[in-house]
Amino acid sequence: MGSQVHIPDGFLNIATLATTYAVSAGGIGFGLRQARKKLAEKHVPLMGIMAAFIFAAQMLNFPIVGGTSGHLIGAALAAILLGPWAAVLIMACVLIIQSLIFQDGGLLALGANVFNMGIIASFTGYYLYRFTTRLMGMSRRGKLIGSFIAAWGSVFLASIAAAIELWVSGILPIQVALPAMAGWHALIGIGEGLITVGVLRLVMATRRDLMELERI
Amino acid sequence: MKVKWWHVALVICLAVAFLSPLASASPDGLEKVAEDHEFIGSAEEAPFQIIADYLFPGIENEALATILAGIIGTIVIFGMVYILARLLRLRKRQAE
Repeated sequence: MGSQVHIPDGFLNIATLATTYAVSAGGIGFGLRQARKKLAEKHVPLMGIMAAFIFAAQMLNFPIVGGTSGHLIGAALAAILLGPWAAVLIMACVLIIQSLIFQDGGLLALGANVFNMGIIASFTGYYLYRFTTRLMGMSRRGKLIGSFIAAWGSVFLASIAAAIELWVSGILPIQVALPAMAGWHALIGIGEGLITVGVLRLVMATRRDLMELERI
Repeated sequence: MKVKWWHVALVICLAVAFLSPLASASPDGLEKVAEDHEFIGSAEEAPFQIIADYLFPGIENEALATILAGIIGTIVIFGMVYILARLLRLRKRQAE
């Protein structure tokens, strides 16, 4: 159990920490307003469950090749079911608890972690899902393939965001940071895709109606 | 009380937390990159520790300490987001 893209304190410079904190705070503020406008009764328990599942599943690192592991981010799954702003709020709550109580992800790096795994992963996951299901149709098969691509892409792009932050913080040159981070996370993303598809298949089999909620 | 779908779903989440001692202990993506490129040393310790490293403090059995940390975290995060969503919903209804 570690960090995957949970950045500890000490990696990023002050300019990067401050910028990502500001963007993430703005994102959370806007997300709260969106949720207040659109939240229906059915969203309430699903938001809690989604957050609880993401927290629990993030503890379960799965091995990939080369003595490396990865774990679920979960933002794409949350965004597919509840919409990108709801996913940002869920991810922010999970990351705040992980940082404050479990010392996973730095307190100063919280803004960067919310930016990467909340904002970037939620929005790329959501729009990749919308784009792929538009191409393949909203059949069961189209939704499952779309969710795999969305989940994989969300991890890949979140890792690229983290690589750029390491670069601008002067930790690594970009030509090193980018292939290293994107390379491992291209593999970790396969795990993200498989878990996301598995959960959505369970939802489709048991509570189809939860697939049709208004997205926030 | 009627069993609702999310009661079952919360039990599933707790079951996932129960499996947490089975997690791979290998370094994850970012840790691996930080080790390979020798900047893992610049990671700073947190200024305070509550349930650091997902191990409930004071319990010798590591699996048990991990499970306890996982169960507590899962319940806390469920409560936090459920209450947040409830409050947002309440404010929406007041506005209507």
